[in-house]
Amino acid sequence: MILIECPYCGPRDETEYHYGGEAHVAYPENPNALTDEEWGRYLFYRQNPKGRFAERWVHSAGCRKWFNVVRDTATYRIEAVYRVGEPRPTLPAAERLRP
Amino acid sequence: MAQALPDHPDFLWRNPEPKPSYDVVIVGAGGHGLATAYYLAQNHGITNIAVLERGWLAGGNMARNTAIIRSNYLWDESSAIYEHSLKLWEGLPAELEYDFLFSQRGVMNLAHTLQDVRESVRRVSANRLNGIDAEFLDPQQVKELCPIINIRDNIRYPVLGATFQPRGGIAKHDHVAWAFARKADELGVDLIQNCEVTGFVKDGNRVIGVETTRGRIATEKVGLSAAGHSSVLAKLAGFDLPIQSHPLQALVSELHQPVHPTVVMSNHVHVYVSQAHKGELVMGAGIDSYNGYGQRGGFHVIEHQMAAAVELFPIFARAHLLRTWGGIVDVTLDASPIVSKTPVDNLYVNCGWGTGGFKGTPGAGWTFAHTIATGEAHALNAAFSLERFVSGALIDEHGAAGVAH
Repeated sequence: MILIECPYCGPRDETEYHYGGEAHVAYPENPNALTDEEWGRYLFYRQNPKGRFAERWVHSAGCRKWFNVVRDTATYRIEAVYRVGEPRPTLPAAERLRP
Repeated sequence: MAQALPDHPDFLWRNPEPKPSYDVVIVGAGGHGLATAYYLAQNHGITNIAVLERGWLAGGNMARNTAIIRSNYLWDESSAIYEHSLKLWEGLPAELEYDFLFSQRGVMNLAHTLQDVRESVRRVSANRLNGIDAEFLDPQQVKELCPIINIRDNIRYPVLGATFQPRGGIAKHDHVAWAFARKADELGVDLIQNCEVTGFVKDGNRVIGVETTRGRIATEKVGLSAAGHSSVLAKLAGFDLPIQSHPLQALVSELHQPVHPTVVMSNHVHVYVSQAHKGELVMGAGIDSYNGYGQRGGFHVIEHQMAAAVELFPIFARAHLLRTWGGIVDVTLDASPIVSKTPVDNLYVNCGWGTGGFKGTPGAGWTFAHTIATGEAHALNAAFSLERFVSGALIDEHGAAGVAH
């Protein structure tokens, strides 16, 4: 059970939240001006890193606000939590948790 | 005085040092990678192949799935490739000379709402139009086929019926991998474990080799078959894939006398369960919601499927959970695979099978081998190219996938 610190409510079990996938994906300014390839990239392509990932969560069972998290997808360790509109924080180089 | 160890059983494959070059390098010695190598040799006479595996052979999703085999998908394109796969399954124990306990004990997909029933009858009809064995069962018929199932109407979502594919079933997944590995090795394929691909060597836009933890290997063609790690490899090769990697958990009970004669899947009361040959109940349900490469997930996901299983099969309440584990499933937005050319010349990708790759093992190998050997898709995987994410010709199989995404 991942413990996630909602920036508005504090630490809560992951079951209080809903996952929102990659963060910082802006809706295209002018979708009609995009080629099929560009529109397809927006619809279907997202980052899928093994390691640090900036992602969105929404506190569905609490304040119901969206926020951003930097979490390592290999270790599931949460490294940063920040609000919508704030920039992704710069973090020190990731330490290896496993040999 | 110490006793001498008994003779080691015959090794099923050699463990050669990688050669400096091959005609084809397959990245990933899971079920699909091994099947691809086998069919490249068997169907296309290409044997100068290395299958590179960063861990131990078939130690990824091939070691972790719930071993269900069926072809009852909705759309023409999917049912064609899965049915081709099922027909291959039916001949494989004899062809590979290996009894991996392929048991065609049928697969049931339960319906619990009126909409479930409509979708089930639609899918049965679609299957039959495509020559695939399918029936819709009423609750009494479900009970006759699976006496331990609870069809009483005093639960929140009673069983209203089910689709049934009699030719579906299960097989012992590790043995399937070893069967393909042994035959591929006999045909001259080098299976190389503890060999992680760390980069790709290109001449312009054409791949001409791979960098690995055991040195550089030159090659004419590369086939990526690394399931949950496909995006990691694609990024090294300079392109992107429309997949997300999630944990998918599964579990077994202790060994029990045979009580469960078939395979039952329920989307709505979410769990799927069979009983393996040696007696353990094998169960799974939906993915963990977040992206994850940790091969583990949250225990609340297990608790939910236990509740579903015990409601549908009251007799299971006395069983004990023995072990849970997880894999890394590469899911696409339409729950259909990608068997395709890539933006890099001579580099091909087989991925996106997500939660349902095991049943597709022979079909994926067959079509991916054809794609690599000829440079063009086989008729059966033409629709599963990366192009569909530009054209919009998605093949939506979330219903038939039977695993919550």
